[in-house]
Amino acid sequence: MTLTVNGKPAAIDGKVELNVTELLSVLKVEQPDYVTVELNGEILERDNFPATVVRDGDAVEFLYFMGGGR
Amino acid sequence: MLTDEQIERYSRHIILKEVGGKGQKKLLDGKVLIIGAGGLGSPIALYLAAAGVGTIGIADADCVDLSNLQRQVIHFTPDVGKAKVLSAKEKMEAINPDVKVIPYETWVSAANILEMVKEYDFVIDGTDNFAAKFLINDACVMAGKPYSHGGILSFFGQTITVLSGESACYRCIFPKPPPKDAIPTCSQAGVIGVLPGVLGTIQATEAIKFLLGKGKVLSNRLLTYDALDMRFREVALNRNPKCPICGEAPTITELVDEVDAMTVCDLEAAKG
Repeated sequence: MTLTVNGKPAAIDGKVELNVTELLSVLKVEQPDYVTVELNGEILERDNFPATVVRDGDAVEFLYFMGGGR
Repeated sequence: MLTDEQIERYSRHIILKEVGGKGQKKLLDGKVLIIGAGGLGSPIALYLAAAGVGTIGIADADCVDLSNLQRQVIHFTPDVGKAKVLSAKEKMEAINPDVKVIPYETWVSAANILEMVKEYDFVIDGTDNFAAKFLINDACVMAGKPYSHGGILSFFGQTITVLSGESACYRCIFPKPPPKDAIPTCSQAGVIGVLPGVLGTIQATEAIKFLLGKGKVLSNRLLTYDALDMRFREVALNRNPKCPICGEAPTITELVDEVDAMTVCDLEAAKG
């Protein structure tokens, strides 16, 4: 399947669907415990990651904490 | 009424159809609070003063350190050791004597922030830690004040404008702060010196547009910046009905310091 991840196409070979927890692992997202995930425009609750399935054509945004300013 | 000198000083504003004499008067009557007089705060304070924003509050308890000068362009080498808010005030008044600068030589906390925020039309987050960033969000949402969030790290930045009660807030995206030390800070991870210049200038633009009532502010859109790839992206967002502060059933009903997100220095400051 091919997803759009942070605006770029991302092909995930051999999978037709994945849950969000698996997706974070497959894409080797750093510090997955602190990443906010938006799926097709909707921010997901962390507790729902394992039960939320992504499929071909879905748009996923990973939003990261950025705490600097000084 | 603008004086002849003001007409001259602000002539490049006044000539813009979106500003004009009326808009410049709005800027001169405008009140903006900048929290943090560091990387983001420097360009914000310089540009807002130059633009003629009439009252600018600036809050920071820190003193200028030699390691600040690579990016905190409002502070100069002879300012090392001086309170950042006083160093900033001197430069802002030198740029534009029309501007009234109100320095707050303090860290913001649950005990003092609402009093500060209520005096201003627009608030800008230029802080460097999650305890402050969440506190600013919560205070602005509770007080119904619009504000600009900004965050930077290494070569990356993000910013969003929050129209409190109308558009997505910081907690709609990030319901709670990360535990302390989970996410690196600029002092740990580094920051390219020009980065806060880019992000801070965008935040200052938002304040000016808000005061003018012109254009579209960066609400319900998180703007992300990658200086290495030189790419800006926009992530569309909506208010989160489950947001702990601006959602349908808020769990945060009074202002508290996010103690778990505070570093040792923050805790010392909050006590003091």
